[in-house]
This record gives sequence, structure tokens and C-alpha cells, in this order.
Amino acid sequence: MALPLETLLDTVSARIISAADELTALDSAIGDADHGLNMKRGFEAVQADKAGIFAKPPGEALKAVGMTLVMKVGGASGPLYGTLFMTLGKELPENPSVADLGRALQASVTALKARGKADIGNKTMLDVLGPVAAHLESGSASIESVRALATESAKATIPMKAIRGRASFLGDRSIGHMDPGARSSEIMITAVCDVLEGKP
Amino acid sequence: MTVGIVIVSHSPDVAKGAADMVRQMVGNEVPLGFCGGNPDGGLGTSVEKILAAIDAAWSEDGIAILVDLGGAETNSEMAIEMLPEERRQKIVICNAPVVEGAVMAATEAWGGGSLADVKRTAEELSPQ
Repeated sequence: MALPLETLLDTVSARIISAADELTALDSAIGDADHGLNMKRGFEAVQADKAGIFAKPPGEALKAVGMTLVMKVGGASGPLYGTLFMTLGKELPENPSVADLGRALQASVTALKARGKADIGNKTMLDVLGPVAAHLESGSASIESVRALATESAKATIPMKAIRGRASFLGDRSIGHMDPGARSSEIMITAVCDVLEGKP
Repeated sequence: MTVGIVIVSHSPDVAKGAADMVRQMVGNEVPLGFCGGNPDGGLGTSVEKILAAIDAAWSEDGIAILVDLGGAETNSEMAIEMLPEERRQKIVICNAPVVEGAVMAATEAWGGGSLADVKRTAEELSPQ
């Protein structure tokens, strides 16, 4: 399928920007209360750069989104989400199949593990992106099942104990809160599902 | 020329304060760069500012970076990866407390220590 990149990016940006308060509230429970604000700054910069970004071919455009996030977010989520978009830009073919999406997302998950020195089960964004990548690769994914898995996986971070990031300083007290990075990843995946289903 | 020191904190005030303490110890004889704050100036770190600090402190003998918390390290690693290969291999991030580490690292650099010496000295402050 040909990905409607510009609509995808507009929808992801709009959803993240409007969820800024919610993400910051989640981060204030177990972190440094800047996730929503940082992501909003990053995606506002992406929107401001849009003309330049979409003048490039799709792969380069995704890499440019990643680079903008790296430069503008101002927290660890900058390099992390930047790595996600840059890897997708590198790995996605022109007209990707669902399996291609899975492979590209899996490559991003591998890159994110290295960037964040984290693994699945550490109460991070990887706990949403990892299961979704594996599901896409399995060949049995539908838009509905991907969306449900993203939501379920973000919720599954609530009982986890944080091993990486500022939340790990809280030890057992990080249990009982959803991870803000897992939530922002869920928001992005839901946005992508909605656009592909034709309801941005 | 000695090894250069770069201080990266979430707080511009902490970065500036740590740099003042380094200067008190070694004067202007050690190249020093420092930065703190996100791109809007609030608490956080910025790849752009880290790249500028590395540039300000650049030494062919190498650069030792001292960081405070998680994002400072992740953003510093990202900044290093964006540099050309010949610079990348001359930069290390020290696993050390940012203020004490910067002062110890700068003192070792001032004494003529290599990049490896500087890193080791700073890291003596961290539990092994």
C-alpha cells in the first residue's frame, strides 16, 4: 500500500499535541513531568518544518521528522522517538506490505533497545512498540487487532516496575502508573490505524 | 593542548556552576564547554546545545563529557553520533557525578592526562 505520509504525520502530530497535558500528568506521577510538553514542542517543530520535510522522498522525509524530534524535543524522548522515525525512514520500502511495516518497526525496536539501553518489560515505550511490531510481523494483523494490542499493551505497563529512566528511581513506587512513553506510543499507533482506516 | 571537558546538565544553572568550579581549579588552561536546558531554556537537555558545547571545548586530545541524568546521557550519545567519525572516536562520556566528575576530570586533564586517564579519574568517584 502507498502510505499517506502527510496525513499520517498531521494526525500523529495533532493527537500528540492535544494529549500533551495527559502525557505530562502521567510523567509527573513517576518522572520529571515534561513528556507531554517535550513531545508537543517536537511535533510543533515538525509541523513548522513540514514544507521542507515533504519536499523529500518518503524515506528521507521520515528521517527528517526523526532529526527534527532529536533536535527539538529536549528530553530523552527526543533521541528515542527520533531513532524510531529515522529507522522507519531507513527500513520502509516505497509501497510497504503489512509484513514490511512489521519488519521496519521491529528494526526500530532493536535500535531503540540500543539507544535507551532498555528491553521489553522495563516499563517503557518498548512495551507497546515491541508487541505491535511482533504482531505486524506475524501476518495475522488487522487494523482492529493492532489498535487493541496497542491499548492493551500500554495498560499492561501499569503494574510493571520501572527499570529504566527517571521512573526507575522510584523503584516499587513506580508500580500502579501507566508509563508515559508507552502511552505516547499507543497514541501514535492508534492515530496511524485511524488514518489507514480512513477516519483521521 | 589538553583533553577538553564538556558539562551537560538538565539545569543551565548547574552547568554554569560546575563550569565555574572547574575554572577555579584549572583556570583557562583546559578547554571547557558547558550547557543545560531544553531548546526553550527550561529544565532538560538539547542536542543542538551539546554539539555547540563540544565545539567550544574541542581538543585534538579528546573530549570527556560529564552528564547528570538519563536524558543528558541519551542526548549526548545522539550528539556524538551526529559528528564526523574522526571526532566521534575522540569523545567519551564519563560515568561519574557531574560536578565532582567535572572538577576531577579537568584536574587530570590539566596535569597532562590522556583521554583514558581523564575518564578513569572521573569514574573513580562512581561505585564500581
